[in-house]
Amino acid sequence: MNRCAVIGVGQTRYTTRRRDVSLAGLVREAALRALEDAGLTWKDIDAVVIGKAPDLFEGVMMPEAYLADALGAAGKPMMRVHTAGSVGGSTALAGASLVQGGVHGRVLTVAFEKQSESNATWALSTHLPFSASLVVGAGGYFAPHIREYIRRSGAPDHVGTLVAVKDRRNALRNPYAHLRIPGIDRAMVEATPMLWEPIRYLETCPSSDGACAMVLAAEDRLTGSVPAWVLGAAMRSEPIFRAGRDTVNPRGGRDCAADVYRQAGITDPRREIDVAEVYVPFSWYEPMWLENLGFAPEGEGWKLTESGATALDGDIPWNASGGVLSSNPIGASGMIRFAEAALQVRGMAGEHQVDGARRALGHAYGGGAQFFAMWMVGSDRP
Amino acid sequence: MIPRTRHVLEFPGGYTRTTGPVIGRFLTELRDRRLVGVRTATGRTLVPPLEYDPDTGDAVTGEFVEVGPAGTVESWSWAGSPRAGHPLDRPFAWALIRLDGADTSLLHAVDAGDVRAMRPGLRVRPRWRAERTGRVTDIECFVPEVTAMTASVRVEYTVTPGLALAHFLSGIARGVFLGSRCGSCGKVYVPYRLSCPECGVAVTEEVELPGTGTVTTFAINNLPDPRAPEVPFVSAYVLLDGADIPMIVLIGEIPAHEVREGMRVRAVWAPESGRGPSMDSVRWFAPTGEPDEEV
Ligand SMILES: [Zn+2]
Repeated sequence: MNRCAVIGVGQTRYTTRRRDVSLAGLVREAALRALEDAGLTWKDIDAVVIGKAPDLFEGVMMPEAYLADALGAAGKPMMRVHTAGSVGGSTALAGASLVQGGVHGRVLTVAFEKQSESNATWALSTHLPFSASLVVGAGGYFAPHIREYIRRSGAPDHVGTLVAVKDRRNALRNPYAHLRIPGIDRAMVEATPMLWEPIRYLETCPSSDGACAMVLAAEDRLTGSVPAWVLGAAMRSEPIFRAGRDTVNPRGGRDCAADVYRQAGITDPRREIDVAEVYVPFSWYEPMWLENLGFAPEGEGWKLTESGATALDGDIPWNASGGVLSSNPIGASGMIRFAEAALQVRGMAGEHQVDGARRALGHAYGGGAQFFAMWMVGSDRP
Repeated sequence: MIPRTRHVLEFPGGYTRTTGPVIGRFLTELRDRRLVGVRTATGRTLVPPLEYDPDTGDAVTGEFVEVGPAGTVESWSWAGSPRAGHPLDRPFAWALIRLDGADTSLLHAVDAGDVRAMRPGLRVRPRWRAERTGRVTDIECFVPEVTAMTASVRVEYTVTPGLALAHFLSGIARGVFLGSRCGSCGKVYVPYRLSCPECGVAVTEEVELPGTGTVTTFAINNLPDPRAPEVPFVSAYVLLDGADIPMIVLIGEIPAHEVREGMRVRAVWAPESGRGPSMDSVRWFAPTGEPDEEV
């Protein structure tokens, strides 16, 4: 397998409504910034891999066809990836695999969502005939699994609010972040209504417009920019309806992490990883994924959160960028995790840089917590 | 009583207003759907033009330059109840509009539809009258630039449940839950299905499950949705007795905050007359009153 590195990262500002740009303008903004970071132009790119959430979100059928020329893909291979909420991660991995497999030397990978053009809760709750309409949006789906985690682990109620506060405080250091709530504290989070009990309003992610892009390059096609080397990459999926499926600690996530750690030579993730950007759309998913990803033993993820270990000044900062809880252009949210991990090991994360970060985990999940995509990036060539 | 009567004072035929060369040029161009301003000696462009520079009192240069037609709203005031003499018969904004290329602003009406559409910085363009006579009202009003459009998307399907779901629903129609047992792993799936997602093998053994089970976990939904039950409603995972996979069902006949994990429940069916091959035939699951199960 050929070595692959991230040599350019581009993000748009994430916000409720980007009324000033079209879909094409939005993805171009991120792509051009990634190209600029890499010191490249459209003509230097061999192939484009694009990802987004379901077409029903914006009501544009096959946006990849419509966006091909906006992304300079005329005459080049272009493909679209779709794995629900994890799509931003799996899009990056599909792009990386084209480099690792020696198919292309430089791949542009882009993911986006323009939630303001429609309504994701509506699009996620299509309510087919014959069945009862009982799940409203992603929160309606995930709330029971969060309740089950709280029951199983015995975690105290405030752990969810701790994450909600921590990630929004981190967001204040990220110029691209959507939610900016100066002075946010536990009381403020706890005063917000329960949308899908046990999930409070401020324990959920916002609806954002935005795009993220990366330029991935083979070792012999690097430019002058600082590379983030891909040390391990994996995807896993599992059926949503399977008897005995653990929806709190899904096997797909555990297997995916184990695969990435094996490739990257990681045996103790908490000690050996410097920073993690993990898909946490509802605050309780931080302690849940701390366990799923092997940072804490089962039932003890919440203790890590409560101890402050995952804060920006903790020993294993999670979501230094503010995470999905602060910016959620759904299709792009996974790629932002991957890109932020790359920025950290490139030393380019600005005010939310974790000092001396050399190994970072990027993580995304989607569907009914059934699609997983992860990569480990590092500052040292593997 | 004080007498009261109507008195109209109107100069027959209207006053004559001689435009002079500068305003005359502006109105002449307006009649031809062009907007022009005049340059001052200091290089500013006045729109609408004047014969003199209002800052210095000097004559303007006589150089006319085309401006607009688009411009930017600098300030505005909403006319919520238009009067007879107003340019529009619906609520509109009076706005100071700086046309592109101008250094001063022009007062005109903006047909924005809604006060919430108005803001300083709003980009607007003139809506011209078809018949123009050389008056500032040759522009009926200004309208915001096009920044968004609505795309209607509608697809209509004929939905046929697959063989497995159709079979399950035939059970629902007669008030029973049909499941199936995998011959390889022994797991019982409900709703009835024809293959095992774990083993990947065809499943043939049908199992009839009772309408009783245990709540494994649940959510209290407070976010209203026109297609879902009235909030707050409890959506729960219920493991039917004898099944190995829970179903998502509505919980009823108990206040939301009294629902518990481990609570024993039974299906409450719609009256037989209203039952059919749809999950609407199950009204909800209600507590049985049995002691809670260990979960
Ligand atoms: Zn089986």
